[in-house]
Amino acid sequence: MPNPSAKKISVSLNINGEMRQVEIRPIDTLLYVLRHHLSLTGAKPGCLNGDCGACSVMVNDNVYKSCIMLAIESVGSAITTVEGLKDSPIQNAFVKHFAFQCGYCTPGFIMNCQALLLKHPHPTYEVVKEWLSSNICRCTCYQEIEEAIFSVVEGRVGGTSE
Amino acid sequence: MYIIGKGITRKDAFEKVTGQAKYTADFETNEMLHARLVISPYAHALIKNIDMSEAEKIPGVRAVITGQNLPLTGEELQDRPPIATDRVRYQGEVISIVVADNPYLAEQGAQAVNVQYEPLPVVNSPSEALKPDAPLLHPKLGEYKKIQGVYPEPGTNIATRTKIRKGNWEKGCAESEVIVEEHFAFRPSDHAAMETRCSFAQIHPNGMIEISSSSQAPFMIKRLIGQYFGISTGKIRVNTPLVGGAYGGKASTQLEILAYIATKEVNGRLVKILNTREEDMLTSPGHIGLEARVKLGSTKEGLLKVAELTYLWDGGAYSDKSIDLSRAGAVDCTGPYHIENIWCDSLCMYTNHPYAAPFRGFSHSEVHFAFERTMDVLAQKLNIDPLELRNKNAILPGHTTPTQVLLNSSTVGNLPKCISKLKELINWQEGQIKDLGNHRVRAKGISCIWKTSTIDPNATSAVILIFNPDGSINLISGVIEIGTATKTILAQMLAERLKMDVNDIHVQMEVDTLSTPEHWKTVASRGTYMAGRAVLAAAEDIIRQLKNIASFILRAREDDLEVGYGKVYVRDDPKTSILIKDIAYGYTFPNGNTIGSQIIGRGNFVIRGMTYLDKETGAGRPGPEWTVGAEGVEIELDLRTYTYKVLKAVAVIDIGKVFNEKTAIGQVKGAMSMGLSFAARETFWFDDHGSVLNPQLRTYRPIRFGEHPKYVVAFVETPEIDAPYGGRGVGEHGLIGMPAALANSLSTALSVNVNYLPLIPELLWKIKRGEK
Ligand code: FES
Ligand code: FES
Repeated sequence: MPNPSAKKISVSLNINGEMRQVEIRPIDTLLYVLRHHLSLTGAKPGCLNGDCGACSVMVNDNVYKSCIMLAIESVGSAITTVEGLKDSPIQNAFVKHFAFQCGYCTPGFIMNCQALLLKHPHPTYEVVKEWLSSNICRCTCYQEIEEAIFSVVEGRVGGTSE
Repeated sequence: MYIIGKGITRKDAFEKVTGQAKYTADFETNEMLHARLVISPYAHALIKNIDMSEAEKIPGVRAVITGQNLPLTGEELQDRPPIATDRVRYQGEVISIVVADNPYLAEQGAQAVNVQYEPLPVVNSPSEALKPDAPLLHPKLGEYKKIQGVYPEPGTNIATRTKIRKGNWEKGCAESEVIVEEHFAFRPSDHAAMETRCSFAQIHPNGMIEISSSSQAPFMIKRLIGQYFGISTGKIRVNTPLVGGAYGGKASTQLEILAYIATKEVNGRLVKILNTREEDMLTSPGHIGLEARVKLGSTKEGLLKVAELTYLWDGGAYSDKSIDLSRAGAVDCTGPYHIENIWCDSLCMYTNHPYAAPFRGFSHSEVHFAFERTMDVLAQKLNIDPLELRNKNAILPGHTTPTQVLLNSSTVGNLPKCISKLKELINWQEGQIKDLGNHRVRAKGISCIWKTSTIDPNATSAVILIFNPDGSINLISGVIEIGTATKTILAQMLAERLKMDVNDIHVQMEVDTLSTPEHWKTVASRGTYMAGRAVLAAAEDIIRQLKNIASFILRAREDDLEVGYGKVYVRDDPKTSILIKDIAYGYTFPNGNTIGSQIIGRGNFVIRGMTYLDKETGAGRPGPEWTVGAEGVEIELDLRTYTYKVLKAVAVIDIGKVFNEKTAIGQVKGAMSMGLSFAARETFWFDDHGSVLNPQLRTYRPIRFGEHPKYVVAFVETPEIDAPYGGRGVGEHGLIGMPAALANSLSTALSVNVNYLPLIPELLWKIKRGEK
């Protein structure tokens, strides 16, 4: 556990296209800063140990687990949280394919899928498996998530919700 | 049907894919205090001393709380101190709560609390607990307060015993030409919901206690905290926003009690406790373990004559819900078969393990694992096809259950139909096992299932419907949205009844016990049944009021009117009508005279004819109906490495009536996935001292993406007369057959009896070598 009395410093973070000024401790994780300082609660705590992916966000178009990344490491990078996605194909695909139930893992899965699709617009199943196995969903059987992502790959779900 | 059965979009869909959906931990205010727990590293020890002085010195630490002067808690038997004082009985048990200005300080404070322990010998399994010389976990067992139907045995580690005595055991044995007996065991495990439990509480200046919690049972929290602390329930308000996965685990009241204790210690200030993953797995209640003995007797033709069953549940250190779990395991102690003679003892045992909460299926996947494995062993001994053996003995209308409920075509689904559909979908004809050469085999395993709910006989559900000026309706129910889309289905039912657009029904997702009518608990796959009946009753209430106002305007008798498509209209002349929105708030005549006002519909429901079980025989009616199903898996196994892959998993369930095809299939598949995960890999690994070696998701590893098989789900529809539109409970049933089906497929593939879980390669290898 970090030293709570550590000095705070002021940094600006580029989050969802906006510059946000925040007072952080150097030892604050990005997840902590997003949730506690910026009220961006889309990224979820699930384990705080890098094991579940519920906290996944994008940093410069790569997916990161924000519970094991320091906020200070993200200074100068473009951070995208689920709140930064609007009407994206992957979000609509999740709705259409019922790729969630309780929804707690969903922001993490969506950010992971989004980063994956940016990097590999036409991924093989093996690539999808490699990426998405870093997240846990306890409600669905994953088949729905598989259908959702491949429906975007195949261009079956576009940017406007049906 | 107008909208029932259609796969409409979930009401919570857009909130959930945009990150806007709010769960308990997402609520935070600047003045909120944060708590951290100090938990026991020992499974069984005396607490010699708790030194809080260092923690109290930390600036920003507002309270360091220990457990003196707190009432004992427990839902059926009050055996659990919310905070341990002199003795800990499981690893993870709470010793102290530290409240501070922020989570860091609370953690620092918790680490500064110095506890001295004196370790005691541990009870590391239910069979150990039963030994006459086992350490006694609860020497005061006879003194605890309890509710009806709980039978602790003081001087032992038995928290309760449920007996099933149906028919004549001796006669059954005498009529049996073939007998098999098998033993089974698995350890406790965890629900591992992605949202760890979170509660926050405050006491308002007027004395109102307000608790927010990730719970399946906010109304129960209100009752229990009222009961434990002697507070009238009206002075307790519980909020539950969306819940991030529950699976039974959040039906227990635990963290809420700690949040209440914490706020009390800081003058009612708002205090939040968010479980770490480790605490969520250890401290909060988990998934029960079991040791079982199943003895079955049948004729040579395979007609079951007798079942003799002993279930020793690993209820852990405190009995809370495990008493009920052990009872439910007795209620459906066999598979879904007609057996005239049944003898079962189901014992809830105390051990030094984390204690248990309900787990999806409520003891049924656990019991079915043992029972349905034994059915396969019997089939083999009889040399009868395992599906055929099940078909031959399938429970039917006219038969009685283990608790002697006489079934009819409404109260039990159609099992033979499920079996024949499964046969097709799993391609049973091609054979159960296939040698692929190169040390690889493919094998199939099956299991039949059934389940009724075991809920309080007086559990109720109520619904309020409120009109908006535009004629749309707000639907308010105490059902918690734990992921099952129940509230979407309730909206569909209402839309069906009023023949209205489901988009004009606004569902209140959050529950606030101050303004939401009670739904007992969101458990037991009873949401659509009970709240559905309440919705239909409330719809009737609305229809009556609408017709009443419309009768003045349309100058027609009320019983000549119909409601639907946004209108009240005259039956034989639909053009004579008035829009609902024009009367939803009453009707104003041209001169300003007004009759009626905002229409509010009320509906409530309680299941008819439920009873407690008889102490000596178990006879009684614990639930309204039995959902049945037939399930199977196909695996491919490498005979050298004992690694295997589940290729396909099939479930055929008699759902009564499909409300929303997409969510129903999603529920069943999700449950199957959880069942396979439980069966194949999930367990707490205990060391000799009763400590859990893997209380985190890195070492406790549920199924992940890409490890999932192909899922096939099919439904049979045998309506239940009392249920809304005939639908049966279905939230849990996909899970129930998976452990047995998987173990049966592996037993077939390896020609051994695989009677333990989880089914990891090492276990298979040991069994094959005769080491287990
Ligand atoms: S919370 Fe970050 S991986 Fe689990
Ligand atoms: S939807 Fe509940 S964990 Fe994925």
